Amino acid sequence: MYVAVKGGEAAIQNAHRLLADRRRGDRGVPALRLDQIVEQLALGVDRVMAEGSLYDRELAALAIVQSRGDLIEAIFLVRAYRTTLPRFGYTRPVDTAAMQVERRVSATYKDLPGGQLLGPTFDYTHRLLDPELANGGEAEEPAQRDAQPERMSRVSEILAQEGLIEADGELPDDHVTGDITREPLEFPMERDIRLQALSRGDEGFLLALGYSTQRGYGRSHPFVGEVRIGEVELELDVPELPFAVPLGRIRVTECQMVNQFKGSAKAPPQFTRGYGLVFGQSERKAMAMSLCDRALRAREMGEDITAAAQDEEFVISHSDNVQATGFVEHLKLPHYVDFQAELDLVRRMRAEHDAREDAGVAETREAAE
Amino acid sequence: MVEAETIDGGFANPVFDAQSVFRAVMDAMARPGTVQPVAMLARPPAPLSPVAAAVALTLCDNDTPLWLDPSLQASPAAKSWLGFHTGAPLAGTPSDAHFALVSKPAELIALENFAQGTQEYPDRSTTLILQLDSLASGADLLLEGPGIEKMAMAAPTPLPRHFVEQWKQNRSRFPRGVDVILAAPEGVACLPRTTRIKTMEA
Amino acid sequence: MTMQATDIATYNFAYLDEQTKRMIRRAILKGIAIPGYQVPFASREMPMPYGWGTGGVQVTASIIGPGDVLKVIDQGADDTTNAVSIRAFFKKVADVAVTTETAKATIIQTRHRIPEHPLTAGQTLVYQVPIPEPLRFLEPRETETRKMHALEEYGLMHVKLYEDIARHGRIATTYAYPVKVEGRYVMDPSPTPKFDNPKMHMSPALQLFGAGREKRIYAVPPFTEVVSLDFEDHPFEVQSFDQPCALCGAHQVYLDEVILDDHGGHMFVCSDTDHCEKRREEGHAGHLAGDAFAALQHNVPGDSGKKE
Repeated sequence: MYVAVKGGEAAIQNAHRLLADRRRGDRGVPALRLDQIVEQLALGVDRVMAEGSLYDRELAALAIVQSRGDLIEAIFLVRAYRTTLPRFGYTRPVDTAAMQVERRVSATYKDLPGGQLLGPTFDYTHRLLDPELANGGEAEEPAQRDAQPERMSRVSEILAQEGLIEADGELPDDHVTGDITREPLEFPMERDIRLQALSRGDEGFLLALGYSTQRGYGRSHPFVGEVRIGEVELELDVPELPFAVPLGRIRVTECQMVNQFKGSAKAPPQFTRGYGLVFGQSERKAMAMSLCDRALRAREMGEDITAAAQDEEFVISHSDNVQATGFVEHLKLPHYVDFQAELDLVRRMRAEHDAREDAGVAETREAAE
Repeated sequence: MVEAETIDGGFANPVFDAQSVFRAVMDAMARPGTVQPVAMLARPPAPLSPVAAAVALTLCDNDTPLWLDPSLQASPAAKSWLGFHTGAPLAGTPSDAHFALVSKPAELIALENFAQGTQEYPDRSTTLILQLDSLASGADLLLEGPGIEKMAMAAPTPLPRHFVEQWKQNRSRFPRGVDVILAAPEGVACLPRTTRIKTMEA
Repeated sequence: MTMQATDIATYNFAYLDEQTKRMIRRAILKGIAIPGYQVPFASREMPMPYGWGTGGVQVTASIIGPGDVLKVIDQGADDTTNAVSIRAFFKKVADVAVTTETAKATIIQTRHRIPEHPLTAGQTLVYQVPIPEPLRFLEPRETETRKMHALEEYGLMHVKLYEDIARHGRIATTYAYPVKVEGRYVMDPSPTPKFDNPKMHMSPALQLFGAGREKRIYAVPPFTEVVSLDFEDHPFEVQSFDQPCALCGAHQVYLDEVILDDHGGHMFVCSDTDHCEKRREEGHAGHLAGDAFAALQHNVPGDSGKKE
């Protein structure tokens, strides 16, 4: 408006200055270094990488410090940067059986080839605040294990030997894997696209939806076939070279959910799968994702779609927290032009309403007299 | 081996050159029949024309399968130049093409062979880039439709055979159908699928 | 929005990479060729939030060049915070000339208004669109609304408008009022007040619409039929104001209501700030022209952002 407006540009500049001040906080406290965030807030960094869809710890740490620790804001910063990067090519699919595993647990077998590896988990910790950490807190060197055998087969492979679990999904020969960052979404969608959307989807949203399937809204009888966390190799095919070029290793979390399935007109009774794969270490996200993936396969399985978690358009259209936060928060932008139109309408309708009421009262009085 | 002929002749300033050519095409598409000048920004090998090549550099890349007419298809120099500068894969059939580059419009196969889009996604259609000799020395065509206040006139040549009749059929498929970019030495003109053509005789 | 090059993060010229611009440019051409049809495009994350004009910004970034003069308005005003922010963005990333004068702009990016000054051939109006699908609030599913557009099945929209008439005696849609373009596609004009709908019809300017979060681009070419949906017995009508602008005295313009005090005192002033300033420069004056500024400055703190 006229007035507020006059100071608009200066007001924005001042707001940014104040924000910078608040971000930095008390100058007497040392500024955070990115390596401190990378090393000591690693799971926050992992979430920003996963939902920001960019595997770069340093940039994620920068985003976290720039956003004052608001992780959705940090994810947004990373996304807005990533989208400007040129695309050099697509890596080969990662082989998670060849993962250098740091943690691997199965809920379906007591023991299995490769064993259960607890790894760096909060599970079984007692959630008691540790005052030692307030003063830095020293940590012991971790115990080391012997080198891992080359492959650690996945639980799905073990079940597959007996033919009790569905095979890897089949796609037409000419199917080209989609890319949600390069193509607009189209409904209904193939599972490759859906998994990409879930992998960058908001952890809280997927957690709530996954939880809802456990409470009967699209129940899927899930078992954690396994969760594994570790490093996988990335390889890129280069047209001029006869072999794939190794690009380096990334840390991922994979969850294979195994779901009971009574069979349908389309498929025999067998176990089915829900799949989760995310950058970094996040079991919660990978498990929630695999619950959602399985729920969203309802159409493919010929199951009735009755719950929110099974509704592809609902889940995928609302899983992106960068989109969601933007649109929810845009309500604070000025809307006075539209509001003026509504004001005008409500006033007119109100006047008509009052006129009718008055006329009604007058009529009643006349009748009474 | 990559020949010098393949590497040379692209945009000298890719960002600004592409922007200026795009604005010419956009204005031409928004105002069918008008001729929007295009500077000689590309120097492609024959039989590619500089204006058609500039349009291709502006719009095509590895996401857009490109169909070449037989005369371009027969020119290794043109093919490798386009491949090097745009990265566009060649479309095996015209119905797979996002763009079609046509150096001899008079010999062009029927428009209905190209992707027409679907009723749900009419945008999934081929855009044809026709290399013409002139936008002003052919038979006069009267144009009507969106982008034209009352009536516009164009005289492009050479055009595909039975073009006016073909275009009528294209128009009847709306919202499906192809769009055409006419690239001549003096610049570009466009015929979006909404344009209605009348000949002077009619 | 920091665009400085550093060792670990740098940005491309005009923010968008060339491949993205090509993709958006292709979508714009399709939009122009199929007026009113929403072309899906692979919208990118922009350095401003979704819902704050990312679609319009992507369209503008894809068409803008060194010769352009850009005007950005929000609610009709050049100086609202979001307009200021977007204008500053283009100044920074594209080094482009900016203006507040409608007549001098080649590209006008807008949220919620069409300028009062008639647009001319060669100008491009870029709308920021939150929800591009006019049928969305009648049918939330994209799979269904896409079919409706394909089959030109717009009965649902007419039913909704007619229900309004049955219940309220009038069509109770005041902004984002649906239009039919060139007799084919029903289109959302973005949340402009319906007052602006007639300006879209046969406009000499090119109108482009960008919806970033919803990943759609659509267009109305110049001189294209844009008809607001209505019924024979309830023809489309725009709201009229009982009084002219209190500052410039303009009639037949869209007005904002400005609250002057805590006791219901208010005045109506032009929503299009450039139009109002131009008129006052030309010597037009409304009935509060003298005291208005004093009153406003007294009542509204200039540096506290907005409450609209």
